[in-house]
Amino acid sequence: MAKGVMIVAEQREGALRKISLELASTARKLADQTGDEVSAVLLGSGVEGMAAELGKYGVDKVFVGDNAALEPYVTEAHAEVTAKVIKDNDPAIVLFGASVQGKDLSARVAAKLATGLATDCTDVKLDGGKLVATRPMYAGKCFGEVVINAAPQVASLRPNVFPAAENAKAGAVTKVDVAVGEQKSKVLEVQKDTSGKVDLTEANVIVSGGRGMKGPEGYAILEELAEVLKGTVGASRAAVDAGWRPQKDQVGQTGKVVSPNLYVACGISGAIQHLAGMSSSKCIVAINKDAEAPIFTKADYGVVDDLFKVVPELTAVCKKLVA
Amino acid sequence: MNIIACVKQVPDTEAQIKVKADGSGIEEGQIKWVMNPYDEFGVEEALKLKEKNGGDVTVISVGPARAMETIRTALAMGADKGVHICDPAFDGADAYVVANALAAVIKTLPHDIIFCGQRAIDDDAGQVGAMLAEALGVPQLTLVTKLEFAGSSVKVIRPIEGAQLSIETALPCVVTAQKGLNEPRYASLPGIMKAKKKPVDVKDAAAIGVATDAKAKVAKTIPPPARPPGKIVCGDDPAQKAAELGRLLREEAKVI
Ligand SMILES: Cc1cc2nc3c(=O)[nH]c(=O)nc-3n(C[C@H](O)[C@H](O)[C@H](O)COP(=O)(O)OP(=O)(O)OC[C@H]3O[C@@H](n4cnc5c(N)ncnc54)[C@H](O)[C@@H]3O)c2cc1C
Repeated sequence: MAKGVMIVAEQREGALRKISLELASTARKLADQTGDEVSAVLLGSGVEGMAAELGKYGVDKVFVGDNAALEPYVTEAHAEVTAKVIKDNDPAIVLFGASVQGKDLSARVAAKLATGLATDCTDVKLDGGKLVATRPMYAGKCFGEVVINAAPQVASLRPNVFPAAENAKAGAVTKVDVAVGEQKSKVLEVQKDTSGKVDLTEANVIVSGGRGMKGPEGYAILEELAEVLKGTVGASRAAVDAGWRPQKDQVGQTGKVVSPNLYVACGISGAIQHLAGMSSSKCIVAINKDAEAPIFTKADYGVVDDLFKVVPELTAVCKKLVA
Repeated sequence: MNIIACVKQVPDTEAQIKVKADGSGIEEGQIKWVMNPYDEFGVEEALKLKEKNGGDVTVISVGPARAMETIRTALAMGADKGVHICDPAFDGADAYVVANALAAVIKTLPHDIIFCGQRAIDDDAGQVGAMLAEALGVPQLTLVTKLEFAGSSVKVIRPIEGAQLSIETALPCVVTAQKGLNEPRYASLPGIMKAKKKPVDVKDAAAIGVATDAKAKVAKTIPPPARPPGKIVCGDDPAQKAAELGRLLREEAKVI
């Protein structure tokens, strides 16, 4: 009988991604309800040392697949090994991160296992031992409670939504045999973003600017506020399409879906397609001179005023508060 | 080159979504239906490849009768022919069922490259591309923002968190498109006229011979959690408002 919860951990260049710890903690909570084990799949090159940290966040057993062919991530190789570990160990539930890599991998693995997948979930619970995964649909205009009528039950969790809490378990390593054949895909180059900023999908604080920033120069005041709050700057589509900000900064239905603790929308009207990308943020602030702007219907705190006057003042206030 | 573009008809991004009282789904009555915006990037890239390298673009959609409009839109943009997989048995289909239905049809057609949108903006699942690649036993390149064709392979750019990957893959393969890849064209009036005469093959579940039972089921559809009403921060001038906002974020929301 399928038993236990397995997570598929994600690491890059010798460090676990934050989502891996969120997965471990969530899996621990689910497994404790039925007295089952949490296991993890950890693939890459020279990754064994990371097993201990997974243990610290509640993982009992870590299946480590160490192979130079698994670094950097290539879908087909990771999918093959991950599916094999799942088949060999028969967990009832498998959790992935809904990161770029996790989404790419989870769908391929679920298809290999001929099972169903609930993507980008914002809540998971057990109902009579069966997984019920809640996920936004229609860009968050409604939610679906998904059940999976096949084994294992696979879900991917939206980054930054599930808390990561320490809960020490063994994190005992089991090496898995990974023979990876010739791959049809090859990573030619990894071009790193050298800004040192956390990606929007992983940021705790996002300061976003829209058409109201008037031009690329306008973003300097947002960069300053973001710097003080250790956040990342985002943008509306209007700003990206105007060429003021790169595509990777776009938040919304055709950009990134983000869930920071704090989202500050400056000079953004709050079009439904923008709201689609940020409405699961924990605290939303809107700074807009138009009191009728739809963004205020979603905001926890609204400031009706000229952003070019408010933002620098706010930066000064925050500097004092965080000092 | 034999190019396939998979398309889905979805509610317009502006559409109000109302959950049915019994939680069994959404009210479809008032909705305006359009081509999934991510699929538009896929169709555009397919057309660009054809224009540069010659060949043929086939659009395929799994969907109810109204999905024919979306197939016609792709034909009006310039695709050559269509396949409409249409059967009430596909109501409630999940990505696994859809991917296998698409694969069953694609296996009967010559194919060098297959485009999907990175996700459909209705169920927002983002699974079909990868599941289709698995069903066809070919590599997948998801969330692509740039594509170069080089004879028997393609080179793509794929952004991930904090980096960009340049990847080369042997054909055939599945590519999922996202914003940044191109600017989808609009259908021209002559294009729309021509599209009416382009062939579309309509197939039911029996004709393609795939199982239609969903593995993942939306057991219940619920409205989004209500957000408590927000506060407008008061103050006589921007400085006062900023000070009050800072205080609220620190003391009340506890986010800074
Ligand atoms: C298929 C589709 C997909 C889309 N996807 C996305 C998406 O992913 N993300 C996205 O963001 N949009 C998306 N859009 C676009 C969306 O509909 C809006 O056009 C866009 O979000 C508007 O951006 P904005 O709020 O920056 O600009 P505007 O709507 O022009 O708003 C600018 C705001 O700035 C305020 N302002 C101006 N000056 C000041 C000042 N000095 N101080 C304070 N406030 C000021 C104004 O009052 C106004 O509210 C999509 C649209 C479609 C059709």
